[in-house]
Amino acid sequence: MGSYVPNTRREQEEMLRAIGLAQMSDLYADVPESVFLQKPLNLPEGMGEMQLRARMEEMASHSRVFPVILRGAGAYHHYIPSIVKTVSSREEFVTAYTPYQAEISQGILQSIFEYQTMMCELTGMDVSNASIYDGASAAAEAAAMCRDRKRTVTLISATVHPDTIATVRTYCHAAGTQVQIVPKRDGVTDTDALCAMLTQQTACVIVQTPNFYGTFEHAQALVDATHAAGAKAVLSCNPMALALMKTPGELGADIAVTEGQPLGMPLSYGGPYLGIMAAKQAMMRKLPGRIVGETVDTQGNRAFVLTLQAREQHIRREKASSNICSNQALCALTAGAYLTAMGPDGLREVAQRCMNNAHYLQQALEQAGLARVGNAPFFHEFVTACPVSKDKLLLALEDAGILGGLPVEEGILWCATEQVSRENMDRAAAIVREVLS
Amino acid sequence: MKLIFEKSREGRRLSILPPADVPHTALPQDLCREAPLRLPQVAECDIDRHYAALARRAHGVCNGFYPLGSCTMKYNPRIDEEIAALPGFAGIHPLQRPQTAQGGREVLSLCEAMLCEITGMDAVTFQPAAGAHGEFTGLLLIKAYHEDRGDMARTKIIVPDSAHGTNPASAAMAGYEVVNIPSGTDGCVDLEALRAAVGPDTASLMLTNPNTVGLFDPNILQITRIVHEAGGLCYYDGANLNAIMGVVRPGDMGFDVVHLNLHKTFATPHGGGGPGSGPVGCKAFLNPFMPQSCLGGTPGEKSMGQVRAFYGNFAVVVKALCYMLTLGAQGIREAAENAVLNANYMMHGLKGTYDMAYDHICMHEFVMTLDKLKKETGVSALDVAKGLLDAGIHPPTMYFPLIVHEALMVEPTETESRETLDEAVDVLIDLAKTARENPQVLHDSPLHTPIRRPDEVRAARSPKLKADLP
Repeated sequence: MGSYVPNTRREQEEMLRAIGLAQMSDLYADVPESVFLQKPLNLPEGMGEMQLRARMEEMASHSRVFPVILRGAGAYHHYIPSIVKTVSSREEFVTAYTPYQAEISQGILQSIFEYQTMMCELTGMDVSNASIYDGASAAAEAAAMCRDRKRTVTLISATVHPDTIATVRTYCHAAGTQVQIVPKRDGVTDTDALCAMLTQQTACVIVQTPNFYGTFEHAQALVDATHAAGAKAVLSCNPMALALMKTPGELGADIAVTEGQPLGMPLSYGGPYLGIMAAKQAMMRKLPGRIVGETVDTQGNRAFVLTLQAREQHIRREKASSNICSNQALCALTAGAYLTAMGPDGLREVAQRCMNNAHYLQQALEQAGLARVGNAPFFHEFVTACPVSKDKLLLALEDAGILGGLPVEEGILWCATEQVSRENMDRAAAIVREVLS
Repeated sequence: MKLIFEKSREGRRLSILPPADVPHTALPQDLCREAPLRLPQVAECDIDRHYAALARRAHGVCNGFYPLGSCTMKYNPRIDEEIAALPGFAGIHPLQRPQTAQGGREVLSLCEAMLCEITGMDAVTFQPAAGAHGEFTGLLLIKAYHEDRGDMARTKIIVPDSAHGTNPASAAMAGYEVVNIPSGTDGCVDLEALRAAVGPDTASLMLTNPNTVGLFDPNILQITRIVHEAGGLCYYDGANLNAIMGVVRPGDMGFDVVHLNLHKTFATPHGGGGPGSGPVGCKAFLNPFMPQSCLGGTPGEKSMGQVRAFYGNFAVVVKALCYMLTLGAQGIREAAENAVLNANYMMHGLKGTYDMAYDHICMHEFVMTLDKLKKETGVSALDVAKGLLDAGIHPPTMYFPLIVHEALMVEPTETESRETLDEAVDVLIDLAKTARENPQVLHDSPLHTPIRRPDEVRAARSPKLKADLP
């Protein structure tokens, strides 16, 4: 049996005696006898570290780790510099709690303050929170920020990530409010349809650009139409794309939300990831979650604290702006370290490399017989038709160690990051050509 | 200390990318960002030192005793971190075919089976990313259940006034009206108040047991029966499961839904505020309503929907599984027993000096009230907490639960040795002495931390939430 209890049996007995008890079960005198477990749980016996490692390595070996990944759809295979892993695995950060005690938590608080600054820089917004669970829940929280008594309806584009749409639906249903899906046309949000759907009840419009299919939306037109109807615009932009593209701030959005996983987090079968949330100044007090502010200590030294806590659940209870307590702090710290490691030029280069590779892949696949669906500009994801069985095509790629694109209704959604080489894209295209012939 | 932005020098950078091997594709001009991207420009060595300096100004479980009540700051095993980083876990895409992600599926299903056994539930979802997220999810399960039965009249959630703030906040987010019921003088649920509160409008009771004053509610079976007889369900807030795992199960106590905090009870690290993991367990009759990933699964017809993308904070689940496999059946119970023993031992050592809010055998934590000390000396719970900082001890949870004045809530956990507890008791006794002899010292505390007390009023009145960039 493994254990992390330092006190020996003998010490435990001495401690029991010191408090006037005879045995461990005396500690549980308040537990009704009928439910007090008389026999051990039906669980395996414990194990030491070597045994655990062997067991878990065996389990991990049952997963297939693809050396080449051409799939994104909300989880992106970017390179994580060693320095980022070193920083984010420092035990002082890993094992700390939420920084309630500012005097001994300046390191965590400053890392969040720096993260907030970087998120404002990336999104063009005025104020960022300290993170939320993931991109999908960030969108759902954004919808809640925009609702008031008169404006209760959330509009969300059909081109947003399906998990985000489902999450927004769940949160809005919980609050007893309505969600309507703005239809898509030619792979992007139908602006005319949006205009027809906007009413005095519309609280906000949620748009993702580049959208789930990788294409850039007519974001300016969508934001302008939203504002003309008196509603708030919520934009979700892949943070890597933000190194190159017009920011939500430049586009006039009220809130920027997105999935921060591309900024230094491994795929990890879907989590932990990072919910990024930033807003215009006017919405500052509606932001959910922790926010760090700069102040001074009694000696006039620079100091950081959790601030604007009057929004939060531990003060406001049922009247809080959100119930969020734990967030994704270590992921935020990781994103901060990643953006520092890349710097402005490095980030732009990675984003540009993604874009170059994706366009190269698209042409290679086109030449191999997979025509692109749609023609709007795209970033690092795009959809192709698939004239043969998608399964057959993707299995052929898997056999060659390539995780192909994601099967979607319209065909296959492909992605290329900076990690794929020309050689591997050529190889993928050759396999596709072979399957199609 | 300087911000990383203040260490930035034009042109400094790291070398990461290989040479380009495909042609350049420009983003159309009208889509291009105009604003400069003002990220720090530093060398790799600068990053290493910057974060090393930040780490020196942080305090984790690795730095010292952390008896933060309700947070279960136990030791986080290092092996668990290594395992979660194995390529077979960290390198798999959430949308790989299940057949190629069997290692991931095994982690989730084995962890589910073990948590079901520990809690007495029949199914577990790992989608919720934290405890509060789990509460929200669990309440939506309850909502979906009542709605499915066509019982739309159940609009209220009963919450004791000693509850964690997330409970009422989650209930409100789930569209419920919150009914707060006062606790009895013993800190437990007042059965009469509960009987008066339940009715055909009761959707559920939310309860932590052991409760937030550190006591196991001896009337737990009556409590859950009263709620069930009124047609409501019982929700178990698992924040305090560490006291009872392997000893008694929420499912046997009459609870229908539970959430767990893997980052508390199951030894996964808190990360300075997250990521946690807040899996939700339920009895079989609620299983059809469990959440699903829309893209990564096939949502059942009655599913309550989903609360985030994919399957949850998977890497955290891997660590919790490692922890459970290490401890096994016997180790899990011993962890709980020792958590309770350590708390009682420490409470016993402090009894002569500090007033206990409830003088009774406690579970994994106990609550002291410094009301009298404050009246007599002017030294508050906050002052004592700040005094602890200079001794290298993370203070207990302050001013919670709300029903106790000048509260300090102490949770030592099972991974602390007797010597550590003895030392902490001595420090606290010394602080009480200082409070009587020289209270000003404590009003001025801490003296030896990286900063002194911060001006929180200024932070809130004129918020500065990002750096000024040139």
